[in-house]
Amino acid sequence: MMRRVYFALVSFLLLAAPAFAQPSGQSPSQLDGFVPLDQLPPGEQMPAAPLLIAAYAFFLVLMMFYLWTIWNRLSKVEKDMQELARRQGGATR
Amino acid sequence: MRFFRIALLVLKKDFAIELKSYEILSTTLFFAVSCVAIFSFAFVKEGEAAVDAAAGILWIAIAFSGTLALGRTFERERYGETLKALLLAPAPRPAIYLGKLLGIVALLFVTELIVVPMVAFLFQAPFFERPLLLVALLGLGTLGYAAVGTLFAAMLVRARTRDVMLPILLYPITIPVIIAGVRGTSALLASPVDEPVATLWIGLLMFFDVVFVTLSLWTFEPLMTE
Amino acid sequence: MTTRNRWFVPVLVLTAVMFAYSPIAIANAPYEVTMRLVQKIFYYHFPTWMALTVTVTVCTAASLLFLFRGTPLADRVAVAAAELTVVFGLFGLVSGSLWGRKAWGVWWQWDARLTMAFLLELIFIGYLLVRKFGGPGSDKLAAAMGIFGGATAPFVYKSVDWWRTVHPKTSVVMTLIPSMWYVILFCTATFLLLAALILAARVRLESLRAELDRQYLALED
Repeated sequence: MMRRVYFALVSFLLLAAPAFAQPSGQSPSQLDGFVPLDQLPPGEQMPAAPLLIAAYAFFLVLMMFYLWTIWNRLSKVEKDMQELARRQGGATR
Repeated sequence: MRFFRIALLVLKKDFAIELKSYEILSTTLFFAVSCVAIFSFAFVKEGEAAVDAAAGILWIAIAFSGTLALGRTFERERYGETLKALLLAPAPRPAIYLGKLLGIVALLFVTELIVVPMVAFLFQAPFFERPLLLVALLGLGTLGYAAVGTLFAAMLVRARTRDVMLPILLYPITIPVIIAGVRGTSALLASPVDEPVATLWIGLLMFFDVVFVTLSLWTFEPLMTE
Repeated sequence: MTTRNRWFVPVLVLTAVMFAYSPIAIANAPYEVTMRLVQKIFYYHFPTWMALTVTVTVCTAASLLFLFRGTPLADRVAVAAAELTVVFGLFGLVSGSLWGRKAWGVWWQWDARLTMAFLLELIFIGYLLVRKFGGPGSDKLAAAMGIFGGATAPFVYKSVDWWRTVHPKTSVVMTLIPSMWYVILFCTATFLLLAALILAARVRLESLRAELDRQYLALED
């Protein structure tokens, strides 16, 4: 919950920053065409938060999926072994 | 010296078989030519072929026809069960590998003798400004590609899905060689000819070749034993 | 008979706790000057590739051992390590792409580091494919793939130092400010522990499978 609030706050600040940065209007001398991120108009900025959240969410999903496949395969093998032990126990009786 | 004699014997054997029917040579040549033709058509704009594509198309044709040649050569071995006989012979396994490798390299060289002038002709590409550098690039690139290809094709002879596995396994490993070849060739096609860049890629190709041939020679024996 | 290692559960608990704490550590880390928020992907991106380096080394070493000595355990370790390599590599590529979209403006670039990393991923996907569909003898084929993949790996690492690429150089990590350095160290340790845990679990799966096959064969006799 706090994380969501945190990210929402940060995204808002990032998007609102240019509004605060406009009056200072420093023109970069050596780097032609290079505009610092803070001074870009909101239309041209790319919000970082969705990318960040997507990255961590993908990690979570990927790991959960992979661990689930391992757990699945393990339980199947253990089931087969129990089945086999049962059959052997029944055969030798 | 016995090592190289055996390698040359294997090479002569392959030559002798091939000279009877020219089956692999003709099919590989025709495939390479149609490959170049198809890619050329893909890149034609307003009746003119894109010059920048020449280097890439050349190396793609080499890579694809190389895969075909490898598959066909070892299919022939598998069909006659001669690979097993070769491995049973009292010869060092790496020598057999070297003999097969030289055969594939020779086959690809003949293919390149046809394909390079063809690409130069179709794309108006100045391939022959620095012939020595071009030969070095083609030679080293073909050697690196064939080194890994021969190893994988030989070990896939016994596998079930050998035809589809060879490209899947071969291409990721040989892409660095192809990239080096393409970038080196593009440097040679630039005007003016970018010699330092071409020499850089040739150096890198030499490094790849040493690594790949060494690894292949080293792992051929354990891979071919049951 | 394969018995469960008594370290497994304690390390599992430790790793889970470390993973749970990592978002807090990452959120508390200072902003990087130029990239600000999106740079925080770094705290999982870099450890992923570190873990992948370890798994590639393990896979190559195990493949060599299996090919030249025929040790069955080496083969199982190689499969486990290769699977982990593919998983870590997938996340590494995706996280890098998401970061690059913001930092470089493009989802992908064909520079040396990205190309070689992608190739490494393809090689180990080929490893898994050949094991699944190669038929008999595919374990040796896959071992060869593992060895060649291991030969490619150093190129991936060094590529940014040798060529001019859009990707940051290897020296960047050593020059981080301390507050960032501790976080990245923590996350790397977490990922390495995770890799070790999954490797152990996966090798156990393979050992159980081998045991099962042995019992089936014994039953048929």
